[in-house]
Amino acid sequence: MGFPHKPHPKETVVLSQYFGDADARSYAGWVQRGGYEALKKSLAMTPVAVQDIVKASGLRGRGGAGFPTGLKWSFMPKERTRTHYLCCNADESEPGTFKDREIMRWTPHALIEGCAIAQHAIQAEICYIYIRGEFTEPLRIMEKAIAEAYQNGVLGANAMGSGKRIDQFIHRGAGAYICGEETALMNSIEGKRGNPRIRPPFPAAAGVFGLPTTINNVETLAAVPHIINRGADWYKSLYLSNPKSTGTKLISVSGHVQRPGNYEITMGFPLKDLIYDLCGGVKPGRTLKACIPGGSSVPILNKEESESCILDYEGTVAKGTMLGSGGAIVFDDTTDMVYQVMRLAKFYAHESCAQCTQCREGTAWTVRILQRILAGEGTIQDLDLLLDLADQMTGKTICVLSDSCAAPVVTGIKKFRGEFEAYIKGARKPVMATV
Amino acid sequence: MPVSVPKGTTILEAAKQAGVLIPHYCYHPGLPIAGVCRMCLVEVEKQPKLQISCATTVAEGQVVNVFSDQAKKARQGVLEFLLINHPLDCPICDQAGECELQDYVFQEGQARTRYADYAKRFNPVEDFGPDILYVPNRCILCTRCVRFMEHAAHDDVLNVSERGDRAVIGIHPDKKLDHTWAGNVVDLCPVGSLLSKDFLHRARAWELDKTASVCPGCSQGCNVNLDTRNNVVVRLRPRANLEVNRYFMCDYGRGQYRWMNHGDRIEAPLLGGKDLTAVDWDHALDRAVQLVKGISGPAVTLVSPGASNEALYLARQVLGNARLQAAFRVHREAGEWSLAGVPDLALRAERAPNVAGALALGYREEFEAAIQTAADAGLLLVLDDALDGVAPEALQTPNIIYLGTRLPEIARRARVVLPIANVAEEDGTFVNRDRRVQRYFQAKAAPGMARPAWWVLGEILRGLGRGDTLSSAEEAFDLLAQSEPAFGGLSYAGLGVRGAVLGSRQPAGQPA
Repeated sequence: MGFPHKPHPKETVVLSQYFGDADARSYAGWVQRGGYEALKKSLAMTPVAVQDIVKASGLRGRGGAGFPTGLKWSFMPKERTRTHYLCCNADESEPGTFKDREIMRWTPHALIEGCAIAQHAIQAEICYIYIRGEFTEPLRIMEKAIAEAYQNGVLGANAMGSGKRIDQFIHRGAGAYICGEETALMNSIEGKRGNPRIRPPFPAAAGVFGLPTTINNVETLAAVPHIINRGADWYKSLYLSNPKSTGTKLISVSGHVQRPGNYEITMGFPLKDLIYDLCGGVKPGRTLKACIPGGSSVPILNKEESESCILDYEGTVAKGTMLGSGGAIVFDDTTDMVYQVMRLAKFYAHESCAQCTQCREGTAWTVRILQRILAGEGTIQDLDLLLDLADQMTGKTICVLSDSCAAPVVTGIKKFRGEFEAYIKGARKPVMATV
Repeated sequence: MPVSVPKGTTILEAAKQAGVLIPHYCYHPGLPIAGVCRMCLVEVEKQPKLQISCATTVAEGQVVNVFSDQAKKARQGVLEFLLINHPLDCPICDQAGECELQDYVFQEGQARTRYADYAKRFNPVEDFGPDILYVPNRCILCTRCVRFMEHAAHDDVLNVSERGDRAVIGIHPDKKLDHTWAGNVVDLCPVGSLLSKDFLHRARAWELDKTASVCPGCSQGCNVNLDTRNNVVVRLRPRANLEVNRYFMCDYGRGQYRWMNHGDRIEAPLLGGKDLTAVDWDHALDRAVQLVKGISGPAVTLVSPGASNEALYLARQVLGNARLQAAFRVHREAGEWSLAGVPDLALRAERAPNVAGALALGYREEFEAAIQTAADAGLLLVLDDALDGVAPEALQTPNIIYLGTRLPEIARRARVVLPIANVAEEDGTFVNRDRRVQRYFQAKAAPGMARPAWWVLGEILRGLGRGDTLSSAEEAFDLLAQSEPAFGGLSYAGLGVRGAVLGSRQPAGQPA
């Protein structure tokens, strides 16, 4: 990755090239490193030409859904008759994910440049960078970088001398998980409660303030300058497994590994190598038990699955999970999976926006059952009940928060049923779990 | 079941037209779509996930399965989730009997909960406003009240506070739910979470009889239901009419039921003299006929703009042969209280339901002038004006026929007093300020011997040899429609329950 480790030889360093390089943070330092060349190049092209390059590169959304970025941009109205908006999703609220934080901390101008190129491509004068409230250091750095970008004419009424107006504003979130959901984020920008909206209308038709809007993740936008500079073909060639998943991906590894941190891998990289080589494996004397590869809301993988999982959109789906935002949480054999599942569910119960019935009531009920099991008061029927609730909570709500709560519960019970039964049968010492 | 609807219609509305009510909570046709209760999930062919029927528009040839196992199971799940924190206090809940949670649980819920071992969430009852209590424990967070206050009343004092299962409806800390139209949130609430203090524990829903009526509070003419129990009107609630009040009515209108039950009514025909003497209708009508026959000089009629078109028309007919001054007065407040989010809907300054009807039937708003004329007129016919504010010496007319519901002191001068029914006790029509003729129906019996004014006036006309006994408001209205050009082309039956605009020439027998 970069900071604080030196890049591992197996990493493909693109976005993380300047992580740890404090000089890259300033405008001058960034220009010295080839910054804003891509923006200059883009501004000389038509918006559609920029879209086409990104389409050809195969870049897909890095926030979790993996939707092709160029295609998303092309959904915006071709003719700009009303104000268009770009929203940069820097809410990074998914537990286990901390890649966007590093991009903003070390290479703020990469994000500004990426946003500016995207703004040009979708004809959006205004970009809101929605930074989560807890990110105080990235906020400070981004604010400084945007001020510098304005001072140097990169942003403003005549961006890079192109005669085009490009404005970027930072909007601070207040720390709600759900505000990372794109429509909740738009509500939050509008000053409303961060509730996801029903779709349709989709953001490209009626987004923030009811106007055409595109929302992209920080990592997605930060990759765009590289694609413009080095070409779609170069980016398209970056894959190890499936040509539908191209480029590099920052994986935030946390949990029971010797060297946790951000690692930039080429799409298609084996999860096994990430855990054992790049991160140094689990502590000596312990063995791998499970891994959540894509942030807390994706299904859990057991040891065998983890060791054979390919890290790209298709490879993770093949194992019944998702690449998500790329927050890999690693568990070794000392982990109490029941407790972990309860802790995750508790997070979702706390963060549910309370709109949809299944989510509002279901997440809280799930937590109570899991706590009952941990306290040694559960029954075998509770496991079926949990699975039934999870079924009711999946695919029936406005957003996927309740699905995200259900996923670890279902896979936890399916893959680690023995641990649940141990609590139920009294073979394991009860835990008072009132976190 | 095939159904054909305009493009853009939602599945839920299309299903209604096919006679299928898809269970729902957050959806209300008068409010913006929220899509949050997830109760109206249905299976749509070729869609992998269940869709919410309230927000999904229909497509050509689309097949929707409301009662598939998958859809039913999803709704059962929602009901179970809603019930885990909903108290089963239906026996003391005002909403019981008209509760959508109760209804749907009976219809397709589970017999038992699997949420057995936990206490339900508890929050104390909150006083939201002058007439509104919030019982958070019963709340299912459908947000209809929040959306009403925000999008219809434009007074966003309510919100959803807190998140997850801690969420409740919150109220602005420095404000009250005291908007003129706030009472609608009680009607909109699908459960017993928002309650009217006025109606609190007053009646069980299943004891109530509902009668279609028109609010007598102002000239807007909101369509209402009179809810009666044992011959007592206990509340007024809005009745949907998209042309007039959509789904709403104001709190002033809701209070109108009180006077409908007053006990200080005239219960028998009275003959004047030294004292008033109660007599039967034949005697009283006979006296009234003699007075009309003996008119010398001009006649004056003072009417209430709260009287029906039928009575107003017949009153003029009774005095038709005399030189007549026909007048009314109306109480006006300084200002209107509109429901901002709904066009052309307000509590109007004119606080009477039939001002437009009185004008259309030839009455003029010249009460003072009429009183002066009345001082030495041959006959004064009063139709339910209380004559308050009129000096006794101004009414020296010896011949007064007084038709009224109550007997003010000054009316004791009348030669004959004829007791009539009020709006809750008779059938009739009003014309609202937008010239819409609307029917109201009898909700309770009139006290004592009181009869509808159209019957009383019809009998006087018969005594004068100018008509037959009228047996219904319909007969009276159809007479009116035949002779009054403004009402031309209208028929009582054709008015239906939604009314028709004057001059619209509604063909007879067709629903509006």
